[in-house]
Amino acid sequence: MLIINCPYCGEREQEEFSCGGEAHIERPKNPPDLNDDQWADYLFLRQNIKGLQYERWNHSFGCRQWFNVARNTATDEILAVYKMGEKPPALESNNPITPCGEPAIGSGNFSTSKK
Amino acid sequence: MRLQNNKNLGQNKKISFFFDGKKYYGYEGDTLASALLSNGVYLVGRSFKYHRPRGIISAGCEEPNGIVQLELNEFTEPNRRATEVILYDGLIAKSQNRWPSVKYDVGAINDLLAPFFPAGFYYKTFMWPPKFWKTYEHFIRHAAGLGYSPKKEDPHKYEHYHYHCDTLIVGSGVSGLYAAQIAAAKNQKVLLVEQENQTGGSILSSNNHDNKISDKSQTQWKNKILDELNKLNNVRIITNTTLFAYMHYNYLLAIQDLQPNKGTDKANSIRQIVWKIRAKKVILATGSIERPLTFNNNDRPGIMLANSVSKYLNGYGIKLGKQIVIFTNNDSAYQTVIDCHYQNVNVVAVIDVRNNLEGELPLKVKQLGIKIYTGSIISNTSGRKKLKTVQIKKINQKNIEILNCDLLCISGGWSPTVHLFTQSRGKLKFREEDSCFIPHQAHQDTLSIGSCNGVFDLNNILNETYKSVNNFLNTNDKNNLDGKRYDAELNKTGKQKNAWLIDRENISKSKMFVDFQNDVTAKDIKIALSEGFQSIEHVKRYTTNGMATDQGKTSNVNALGIISELSGQDISNLGTTTFRLPYTPVTFGAMAGRFVKEFFDIERTTPIHSWHTNNNALFEDVGQWKRPWYYPKNNETMDEAVNREVKATRNSLGILDASTLGKIDLKGRDVSEFLNRVYTNAWSKLAIGKCRYGVMLGDDGMVIDDGVTTRLGEHHYVMTTTTGNAASVMSKLEDWLQTEWPELQVYLTSVTEQFGTISLNGPNSRKIVESLFPNQNFSSESFPHMSFKELKIDGVSCRVMRISFTGEICYEINISASYALSLWNKCISLGENYNITPYGTEAMHVLRAEKGYIIVGQETDGSVTPIDLDMNWIVSKKKYDFIGKRALNRSDTVKENRKQLVGILTVDPSIVLEEGSQLVEVETSLPMPMVGHITSSYYSPNLGRSIALGLVKSGTKKKGAKLIVPTINKSIEVEITSPVFIDPKNERLFA
Amino acid sequence: MIKRSKKYSVFSLVKNALSYHENWQPAWRNPEIKKEYDAIIVGGGGHGLTTAYYLAKNHGIKNIAVVEKGWIGGGNTGRNTTIIRSNYLWDQSAAIYDHALKLWEGMSQELNYNVMFSQRGVMNVAHNLHDVRELKRRWHANRLNGVDCEWLNTKEVKKFCPVINTSPNIRYPVLGATLQRRAGTARHDAVAWGYARGADAMGVDIIQNCEVTEININNGNVTGIETTRGTIKSKKIGVVCAGHSSVIAKMAGIKLPLESRPLQALVSEPVKPVIDTVVMSNTIHAYVSQSDKGELVIGAGTDGYNSYSQRGGFNIVEDTIMAIVELFPLFSRMKMLRHWGGIVDICPDASPIISKTHINGLYFNCGWGTGGFKATPGSGWVFAHTIANDQPHALNAPFSINRFSSGELVDEHGAAAVAH
Repeated sequence: MLIINCPYCGEREQEEFSCGGEAHIERPKNPPDLNDDQWADYLFLRQNIKGLQYERWNHSFGCRQWFNVARNTATDEILAVYKMGEKPPALESNNPITPCGEPAIGSGNFSTSKK
Repeated sequence: MRLQNNKNLGQNKKISFFFDGKKYYGYEGDTLASALLSNGVYLVGRSFKYHRPRGIISAGCEEPNGIVQLELNEFTEPNRRATEVILYDGLIAKSQNRWPSVKYDVGAINDLLAPFFPAGFYYKTFMWPPKFWKTYEHFIRHAAGLGYSPKKEDPHKYEHYHYHCDTLIVGSGVSGLYAAQIAAAKNQKVLLVEQENQTGGSILSSNNHDNKISDKSQTQWKNKILDELNKLNNVRIITNTTLFAYMHYNYLLAIQDLQPNKGTDKANSIRQIVWKIRAKKVILATGSIERPLTFNNNDRPGIMLANSVSKYLNGYGIKLGKQIVIFTNNDSAYQTVIDCHYQNVNVVAVIDVRNNLEGELPLKVKQLGIKIYTGSIISNTSGRKKLKTVQIKKINQKNIEILNCDLLCISGGWSPTVHLFTQSRGKLKFREEDSCFIPHQAHQDTLSIGSCNGVFDLNNILNETYKSVNNFLNTNDKNNLDGKRYDAELNKTGKQKNAWLIDRENISKSKMFVDFQNDVTAKDIKIALSEGFQSIEHVKRYTTNGMATDQGKTSNVNALGIISELSGQDISNLGTTTFRLPYTPVTFGAMAGRFVKEFFDIERTTPIHSWHTNNNALFEDVGQWKRPWYYPKNNETMDEAVNREVKATRNSLGILDASTLGKIDLKGRDVSEFLNRVYTNAWSKLAIGKCRYGVMLGDDGMVIDDGVTTRLGEHHYVMTTTTGNAASVMSKLEDWLQTEWPELQVYLTSVTEQFGTISLNGPNSRKIVESLFPNQNFSSESFPHMSFKELKIDGVSCRVMRISFTGEICYEINISASYALSLWNKCISLGENYNITPYGTEAMHVLRAEKGYIIVGQETDGSVTPIDLDMNWIVSKKKYDFIGKRALNRSDTVKENRKQLVGILTVDPSIVLEEGSQLVEVETSLPMPMVGHITSSYYSPNLGRSIALGLVKSGTKKKGAKLIVPTINKSIEVEITSPVFIDPKNERLFA
Repeated sequence: MIKRSKKYSVFSLVKNALSYHENWQPAWRNPEIKKEYDAIIVGGGGHGLTTAYYLAKNHGIKNIAVVEKGWIGGGNTGRNTTIIRSNYLWDQSAAIYDHALKLWEGMSQELNYNVMFSQRGVMNVAHNLHDVRELKRRWHANRLNGVDCEWLNTKEVKKFCPVINTSPNIRYPVLGATLQRRAGTARHDAVAWGYARGADAMGVDIIQNCEVTEININNGNVTGIETTRGTIKSKKIGVVCAGHSSVIAKMAGIKLPLESRPLQALVSEPVKPVIDTVVMSNTIHAYVSQSDKGELVIGAGTDGYNSYSQRGGFNIVEDTIMAIVELFPLFSRMKMLRHWGGIVDICPDASPIISKTHINGLYFNCGWGTGGFKATPGSGWVFAHTIANDQPHALNAPFSINRFSSGELVDEHGAAAVAH
């Protein structure tokens, strides 16, 4: 279970929060002008990144405020927390070295280096 | 045989216990394993597949063989490791996986048939005839499994315990105790967790003469440190507690056995606690596990891990065996020889795979005059139920020698206990010289010390612990650590020699066990490799190596070594399987804690609940709420009660507890704009004191909620939601406001539980409100349908709305929750003259269905738009945008043949359709094309016939058409009608 | 002609026993990678291997590579709770899952590999009136779709599965259940291995430890892939890699309507037979069956956030165990032996995508969420058809990626048919 640093309350257990998925997807201001594909893009299509993802969280069993979190979805490390409306911080991307980034052998977190 | 001068158990009380029905004696402080062994009981179980006789091989949680069914009836527990069960008076244990007895087991026939049961045999057979798998499976299932699941309810309770600390230390051996001392001196809040019933780790298997720490015996050293730690209030030490999971952000879980030695006399008490620990830093001092050696018939009772024999001897005072043989590939087993020598136990010989012995311990043993066979192996053993002889031969030579012995101590080197380290995502590396996986890169704030870090020499452990713990804790306070430096004699250790497959040529013809419990042999691994299962994970899954209840603690590394030898690859190129949680098995009941039975889920009740229970209500679960379902009188059936409630309401006066409906208070400058955006209809012109019905969509255009919103003041509204969606609607509204429309000034407050809601329905409801509020005019002119007034009863404010979910005149009174029951009682007594009838959710459903009102979640299922519900009238055409608007214009949502809401009447009015029934146009063979289904169906006592609502393809255009409901045994003819069955002109509603 | 590993039977077992089992042939080869294939399947899980198998068997395309980043069957194929059923609500779902179920019914014999498909029945339990209504709707729909299904009242539930607590006094009492008798469980690893062996025998190259790093596209046509083991050319590429689908899609510039979530499961220690069917409860979230080895196999829910870490929160596991102990109080003293996590790719409507893309020759089979295992043979069967003919089979036409634009979703959420 993660610890999330709510920008309004401080560090709390993940159980107090709920995730609202990818952040910075703005609801279009001109829906009637969009075709079905464009509407589907807003409504359903997601980057679903492996690595650094900016996402929305809500302190649902706390202050009930929404805010943004930058988290590495490959390791679950939280790299930054920032409020709604703020620009996402530029972060050193620590994306996996290969697209999947898992050890090529076995299935533990085994270090492939012999040394 | 028990020694007299035993340091741990010497003065303890003698107690009795039963194993397989026979009474034995042991001492308080014994484990079941030590007690059995002290009674000379070696044969304790049968193996999983071949039913081979098996004895205890270890003294810890790695034990693969000594697993028993503990206790009887409601106290019974399958698959308990005898090495972990703390003995108590009257304990009852039984061997498992044998019939009729552990000594004479019919299943042992499998051992003879073993040639036909190699790894994966079941994938290759039992395929024909196809229908027979169920029969084969029946026998396979009964042959498999170990112990028995309890057949009665658990009499014990369990608890969860949250704990925060600066430094968590796992393991209380030399390095763990030392780390605790250092951390304590640095003013850290320390939690020290030990899985056994006493602290000490490897100290428990030490003797009093050797390996002293700063000139004290290890036991003396331990006692001194414990004395010191026990005086501190920043250190907590818990024993009988196994750390079983190391998760994100230093969140760790441990299970504590609260009454390991109390047995069955404590029903209803708390048996185990799951500790949920958040630690700033974690120090792992989890030690290491000795590896067995792999040779033919290495599984006989009487073959044990060398260090475990030392532990039984030094820790429990048990002399195991009279003629002992040692078989090793490393120096550590020689300590066992020396331990035996001190206690006058006869060691016949040491068999060592190495040619050159350079270490000090082998030298000492040689000086004791004990025969050492170097460059030799054990190639076979005899003694089916207890070891009798071992067969020795020089490596690469044919001559064999047979030695009589009754105990064989084996040591294949040590595996650091890195389970928790890897669970934390730490990375391992492989150290060739002693074939150890050791911690390489920690992923969290984690430090590994002692033998779990691959440091085995005592002096090195003491030095490393001092340095790395100081470094790791990195606190600036200059606490005095003087007098807290310790040293030990430096011992020269000889090199270990890998001996994964010491008798490689004979691998296919022998039974060299790798995983004792699952009966996986070296041959099985060879078969898997030759059949193309080359990944370590494939070998594991194909052979089931490491998948038994010990989770491969003694077998995983050995399997890797064997694969490495057979495939010619370095172990470091094979990788490992995942070290999965839990470290040792964890009781389900403990994981559930107290969140079972009455605490399984919250039960929400309304402020009027007590009246309902006192008046014979039956309840329906709606979300977490308990809502009255119906109120049977005398011996009424459900149908009779519901019909009575429905009729009374329609004809005179019904009263409903509507408190569970969600209520959201909205205040602020922009509420009407907000409502415009979240509801499909227009809200700008709603006057103060008026109510309006709204339908809420998701942005996919599908209905998610509906309800009435009332404008209380210029900038003040109250919204009602369905009972089940109150929380999700609130969340969604907050989401829109905070993330999409921060420019809107709207404040939301959930007030569901602040109000009790009493709904008075029926033509006589006006009479009651007139009595409740004598000075008010309730005529339709001054208080019309869909309007609101703030009124007072005895000085208490009430919000009264004239809205309706029945189609009758209805007044809904919202009052502060604490007054709701008394107002309810008042209504009941005022209504006596009008046959006031409390009605439940079932009658409510009938009443609204008669009027064609929908229920979200019943007429809708997440795939229904308001257009589908024939509610075009509520979808604004003028608004530029609202949530869901764009999606209503997608190519599929504009189709005319979508399923649409209609009324359904059976041709035979006495038949009440089953809700969920499917509708077809014609009956065909299967699959039969379906055109819709019944969403609601009731007997309407007001109409004297059945009615139903349904969703039917192109239904709105098909009024009058006939369809068929094919049930299991008959076909029911129905007709599509309007969904409004009563008062289509709303004359009653507006009366 | 490729030498097929010998036919398996009791006789081959006995014969091999005489030679100490030293002469078994590999179940599949460890082939050299060719420069070019007629089709490449990305992902060596059950769905990928069945796709290759049916491409070779039904469509005569045998020059195929299955590329797998780790070891075959190492993803969700080897991590699920092995439940197989076809009692889905919507016609489109029922059709494809029941097609899969029919393939399961002959699988061991067809593959000459015992996948231990055990038709012990699956019960979906109702705990409130809403459940009853929805499960009955599903029951009637199944019946008319030709999918076997029965309704059991509380007494019948108890009779069919005596260890369930059917007391009316528990928090969420059992009000009834649907039962699909043809449904059940299978040995998950064996499915991957059996199809791999079968595909290999027809000439399919199964290439393990080979991770795709790029998809090569020229003028809107796929031309091949880059991998950690070099370039491989092909004009047809079928991607079927579950949790990592979005990662591969990104290489082709495609965004999918998927979220990858942790899904956890666990087994108890093995005990003698105690539950002879599969019990699923959506409302209190408890799924349990007993493996042939004796372990209780229990599925937890997904975590509420995206993650590729194969680890979830322990609170999710606890919730499931609470439900298990509530519904099966006798299991309270049983113990969790092993726990694991996987990555499931979830579609907004809880139905899969088996579809062409706007790039010629690139096909995706994904979005199976928590319920893909049961569909394994059917999924491969229709995906092979789609790849071979460059157009979907009637069974998977409704599962096109275009449905997210048109709105023609196959929403299995609303139908209370949790996709396990």
